[in-house]
Amino acid sequence: MADDLLVARGLAVSYGRSRGLLAPRQSAPRVLHGVDIRVGKGETVGIVGESGSGKTTLGRALLGLVEPAAGSIFFGGSDITALDERARRPLRRRMQMIFQEPMSSLNPRHTIGRILVEPVLLHGLAKSRAAALTLVNGVLDRVGLPRDTVDRYSYELSGGQRQRVGIARAVVLQPEFVLADEIVSGLDVSTQAQVLHLLKELTREMHLALAFISHDLSVVRSICQRVVVMREGRVVEEGPCERVFAAPAAAYTRMLIDAIPLPVVDPGWLARGAATDTTGTR
Amino acid sequence: MNAPRLAVRDLSAVSLRDGNRPILRGVSLSVDIGEVHGIVGESGAGKSTLAKAILGIIPSQVKLTGGSIEFEGRDLLTLSPRALRAVLGRDIALVPQDPSTALNPSRRIDAQLTDGLRRKRGLSVRQARRRARALLEEVQIRDPERVLTSYPHQLSGGMRQRVLIAAAFGLEPKLVIADEPTTALDVTVQKQILRLIRSLQERHGTSVLFVSHDLGVVAKICDRLTVLYMGRVMEQGSTADVLTAPRHAYTKALLAANPRYDRPDTGLEPTSPELIAALRAEIAAFDAGVAEPRRG
Repeated sequence: MADDLLVARGLAVSYGRSRGLLAPRQSAPRVLHGVDIRVGKGETVGIVGESGSGKTTLGRALLGLVEPAAGSIFFGGSDITALDERARRPLRRRMQMIFQEPMSSLNPRHTIGRILVEPVLLHGLAKSRAAALTLVNGVLDRVGLPRDTVDRYSYELSGGQRQRVGIARAVVLQPEFVLADEIVSGLDVSTQAQVLHLLKELTREMHLALAFISHDLSVVRSICQRVVVMREGRVVEEGPCERVFAAPAAAYTRMLIDAIPLPVVDPGWLARGAATDTTGTR
Repeated sequence: MNAPRLAVRDLSAVSLRDGNRPILRGVSLSVDIGEVHGIVGESGAGKSTLAKAILGIIPSQVKLTGGSIEFEGRDLLTLSPRALRAVLGRDIALVPQDPSTALNPSRRIDAQLTDGLRRKRGLSVRQARRRARALLEEVQIRDPERVLTSYPHQLSGGMRQRVLIAAAFGLEPKLVIADEPTTALDVTVQKQILRLIRSLQERHGTSVLFVSHDLGVVAKICDRLTVLYMGRVMEQGSTADVLTAPRHAYTKALLAANPRYDRPDTGLEPTSPELIAALRAEIAAFDAGVAEPRRG
C-alpha cells in the first residue's frame, strides 16, 4: 500500500542462549515465528494477545531493540532490519516508545524537566536549553500537565501523571511512529480514560502512527482502527477492528472476545465457552 | 433465620502515617449466607483495607477508629486473639490477588496444601494428602499428582490460582475473601477462575466478599455490589440495579469511563471536574460531620 509507514515481513525472534561458542545454534527457542505486520502513516493498530503471545517481543523487534533471527523491517520505504548503531541514530527520533511502567522508565534522580529537555537537545530539535524548554512547555500544556512539572521528580507524580510524562517524552520529538506497550494496564478506569483520550487526540493531530500493544480488547476496540491478534508467536488474525470484533474469523479470536467480561448482567455468561482447563504448567 | 453471615457496621479507619487521613469512612455492608458480594472502587477507595480489617491483618500504620465487624453475630474486633485465630483460617479464608507471591516458592504444593488441613482440621498426614488430591480435582486440575509434587514456579499463573482457591475452599470456610483474584490473569484464564469460584461457592453455600476494580468482573460473579470511593460507600444494591440503573453519579461515571468492545463509541469518558468537586464536597461534608457530630 502506498501509505505504509512500518512494514515487517516474516519476522522471527529467538531468545535465550544466543550464538555462544558452545551453544548449538538451533537451540535458542523461537518466540516469534514469521510475523507479518504493517502500520500505515497516521494509523492506529492494536496488537493483542495473552501472555506468551509474543506481542511485546514483536514491538521490541519493530523498534530494533532485539535482533530478528529472520525477516525484514521497512520504515518509510527503507530497510532498517540490520542497521548498526550509527545508522539507526536518526531513526531513534522518528520511532518512539511509551513504556508499560512509567515509574521504572523515568530516571528517579532526574527532574521531569531534564528527562524531557535532554532528548530534544540530543536530537537537535532546539538550539539552546531555553528553546528546548519552550518546546517542552508547549507539550506539557498539550498533555494536560502543569508547567511546574519540570521541577518535579517521577516519584512525586501519580500514575496517570507519570504516563502523561511518558507520552510527552515521546511526542516532544515529533515522531512519525509511536509504540505503546500496555501503557494503561496499571491505571484506574477514570485515569485510563483520560490517558487514552489524550493519546487518541494526539495521534489525530500529529498524524501519528501508533502500534498499541494491549491485553485488553475493549481498550483496543475503542482507540484502534486495525487489530492484529497474536498467539504463541504467530498472527492468528488481522483486520479492521469493526470487522474482527463483529465477525472474528479465527476461533481463538472469538474465544478471546467471549472471555471479556462486560459490565452487564448476563447469568449464562460464566457457563458459556472458554476451555474448562488449560493444564499448562508454563 | 435471616441474619447475615457478615455484617460490617459503620467501620472507620485512618492512616497514622499520613496525619490521621481517613481511609474508611463509616462503611456498612452485609454478606448473606451463600451470597457473593462485590466491593468495587478505584485505587484509594479502601477496598483492600476493608478486606484486611475483616481478616484481622491490617497494617500497623492503619488504625480502626470505629464500627464493628460481626461474623455470625460476634464482633471480630472485640474477640480475644485466641478466639479470633480460631475463626480466621477455619471459618474465613482468603484468595489473594497475586498467585505468584502467595505461595512459598521453596515448598512443594502438597506441603503447602496439607499444612492447613492438618492444623485447622486435625487430619493425619495421609488423610491430609488424600484430601489435598481431592481438592485439586475439585478445582479441575487434570493431573493432581503432578501438581502436588511441583514447586510453585513450575505452575502457570492460572494453575497457581487454582491451587490457592483449593487451599481457601479446602477448609470449608463460611466466608471467603477474594481480593482481586483474577487481576494478574489472562482473560480466558480469568473466565475459568471466575466460573470455578462461583461453582465452588454455590456447591458449598459459601459467602464470598469479592474485591475488584473491574466492573465487568463483578457483573459476572456478584449478587450484590458496594461501590466505594475514598473509603465511603457511594452506592449499594443488587448487581443488576447498580449496573443498569445506577443512582449515584460516581457509579455512572465509572460505567462511562469503562471501555466496551461492543460499544466502541461510548466509554473512555473522563470524569468531569464538576463531579470530582461534588465528590470531594460529599467526602468533606462527611468528615466535618464526624469531627463535630450534630446535636439533637
